[in-house]
Amino acid sequence: MMDAKATREGYGDGLAELGESRPEVVALDADLAKSTKSINFKEKFPERFFEMGISEQDMVATAAGFALSGKIAYASSFACFITGRAYDQVRTSVCYSNVNVKLVGSHAGLMTGEDGATHQALEDISLMRSLPNMKVIVPGDYFEAKIATKKAAEIPGPVYLRMARAKTPIYFNDDYNFTLGKGVVMESGSDVAIIACGAPLQYAIEAAERLKKDKIDAAVVNMPSIKPLDAKLVSKMATQAGAIVTVEDHSIYGGLGSAVSEVMAEEGLAPVERVGTKDVFGESGKGPELYKKYGLDSDGIINAVKIVMGKRK
Amino acid sequence: MKLDSHKDLEQKAREIRREIIKMLSISGSGHPGGSLSATDLMVALFYHEMNYNPNEPLWPDRDRFVLSKGHCCPALYAILADLGYFPKEKLKTLRKLNSPLQGHPSYTHIPAVEASTGPLGQGLSVGNGIALAGKLDKKDYHVYVMLGDGEMQEGNVWEAMMTSSHYKTDNLTAIVDYNNLQIDGKVSEVKEVMPLKDKFKSFGWEVFEVNGHKMKDIVKVLGKARKKKGKPSVIIAKTIKGKGVSFMENIVDFHGVTPNEEETAKALKELE
Ligand SMILES: Cc1ncc(C[n+]2csc(CCOP(=O)(O)OP(=O)(O)O)c2C)c(N)n1
Ligand SMILES: [Mg+2]
Repeated sequence: MMDAKATREGYGDGLAELGESRPEVVALDADLAKSTKSINFKEKFPERFFEMGISEQDMVATAAGFALSGKIAYASSFACFITGRAYDQVRTSVCYSNVNVKLVGSHAGLMTGEDGATHQALEDISLMRSLPNMKVIVPGDYFEAKIATKKAAEIPGPVYLRMARAKTPIYFNDDYNFTLGKGVVMESGSDVAIIACGAPLQYAIEAAERLKKDKIDAAVVNMPSIKPLDAKLVSKMATQAGAIVTVEDHSIYGGLGSAVSEVMAEEGLAPVERVGTKDVFGESGKGPELYKKYGLDSDGIINAVKIVMGKRK
Repeated sequence: MKLDSHKDLEQKAREIRREIIKMLSISGSGHPGGSLSATDLMVALFYHEMNYNPNEPLWPDRDRFVLSKGHCCPALYAILADLGYFPKEKLKTLRKLNSPLQGHPSYTHIPAVEASTGPLGQGLSVGNGIALAGKLDKKDYHVYVMLGDGEMQEGNVWEAMMTSSHYKTDNLTAIVDYNNLQIDGKVSEVKEVMPLKDKFKSFGWEVFEVNGHKMKDIVKVLGKARKKKGKPSVIIAKTIKGKGVSFMENIVDFHGVTPNEEETAKALKELE
C-alpha cells in the first residue's frame, strides 16, 4: 500500500515550517483551523495567528490589510467559502490591489464527501482563474501541497491554493522542486495524454495502468499550476500523443479542462475530452462513490480516453 | 401534531434526541452537538407553536421554519419524519449516496426544509424575503429562523438584522441557539458576539431571553414573540451544546464527531 496523506495536511505542515524562516508570515482562519490544518501554524506561532471566527469576507479583507502593511498573509477556510462567500473581497481588496495574500481552500470538490453540495466547491478554480493577478495551484499530493505552500510566499501577489480533505497517495518527497507554471510528466505515453490535477491524479495513473491491457499507451501529466498553465507542456503532449483527456474534481466549465481546451483551440493540435462535473451540483456520499457516479474514477477516465481517441486526426 | 402539556413536549424531545443519535451513529458523519442543543426549541415550535400540514408540505398558509444553521439538520429530519413528511426508514440514509437527506438541508430534495442552507449566515435574509412576501400576499403565516451563536459572526446576519427592523417584519421571529461553542472553541474566545441582547435592541428588535431547555418557558416566549407587533422579535435561548447526552454536553469535539457503538448505546440509555 502506498503512503497516503491529505493535501490539507501538506498545507498545515508547510505553513508551520514557513513561519520559522519568514517572520513576516501571518495566518488567518475562520473557525476551521482544525480542518484546514492552519492550526499547525497557530500552535507554533500563536501571536501571528488570527482567529477571525465565522467571517470569511472580513477575514479576506483583513488579510489584504496585513499584506498592504508588509506581511505575507495566508487565509484559509473551506474552498467554497473562501472563494465564494468572499468573492468580491478577493476580487477587489486582494486581486485589484495585487497584494500578497495567499488564499487556501481546503475540502475542495466531490472528495469532500458526506457534507454534500454546499460544501463541495466545484467552481472555485473557475472563479479564481478569471481574476487578474491571481495564480491558481492545485497540488497532487501531500508533498506538492507542502512545498507549494512554502513557495507561494516567494510568488509576488495573490495565490490560490486548492486542497482536498481526503488522504491521497504520495508521489513526491521533500526534495521535489515545485515551480509555478510547470507540470510534471508522471508517465510517458504516445497514444493519449491524461492531464490531471488534485485528488483524481491517482485515478489518472490507475487508468493509464489499466489501458496498457488494451494496448493503449497513455501518458499522465500532473498539472498543479492551473494559472499560469504549463501551455508548453500541454502543446508538447498534444503533439506527441494526438489526443488529450483532462481530469479534475471540479466543473468542466472554467477549470483545468477549460484552460487546456483554450490552449488547444489556439494551437489546434489535438482533440480534448474533459472529465469533471458537468453543470451539476455535488451531493452527499463517500468521495470514491461520488467519483464513480460522476465519472471521475478510472472507469470514467478510460471512457473519456476511448472517446477522444476516436476523434484523433 | 399538537402537544399542549410541557410533559408531552419533553417526552417528544427525548424521542427526537434518540432519533438524532441513532441517525448519526448509522451515518458515521454529521453534527450531534448543535442538533441536540436546538432540539427542545425545535420541538416546541413544531409540536406546539407552528401551523403546517404534512399532507400538503407547501400549503400556502403554513408557518415557515428556516434552519439557518443547516449543519443541525439531523434534528429537523427527525422531526419531519416523525410528523410524516417522509418515512422514518429514510433516517437511516442520512448523508448516504442518493439519499434526499443531504448532509446539509436541500430544498430541492425535501421541500419541507423551506430553504437550502449549510453555508452559515444566509437564513435570516431568506426568512426576511419569506416574511415580506407574506405581507405582500396578506398572509398570516409566521416565519421562524434558527441561528447559531457562532453564526452571528457572519456579516450577512447583521445586514439581515437591519433589513428586518427597517421593514418591520413582525411576522418573523429569529431564535439564537446560544450554546457558546463553535468549532475552534468557545464563541467568547474565538470571536465574541455578546452582548447580543443589546446589539439586537439597538438594531431595532424586540428581544426575549429564555432557557432553551425549559419547555414551559420556551412555549410561553414563543407565544409572546408571535404576538409582538411593529418590529421583528428575537429569542436568545441559553442552551447547552450536546444537551441530553452527558458525555457530549459542552464538549467542543462533539460539534462534528458522531458517537461510536459504545457511545451510542450509552447515549440511548440516558435518553430513555
Ligand atoms: C459560511 C460558513 N463558514 C464556515 C462553515 C463551517 N461551519 C459549520 S458549523 C460551524 C460552527 C457553527 O457554530 P454555531 O453557529 O455556534 O452552531 P452550533 O454551535 O449550534 O453548532 C462552522 C464554522 C459554514 N458551514 N459556513
Ligand atoms: Mg454555537
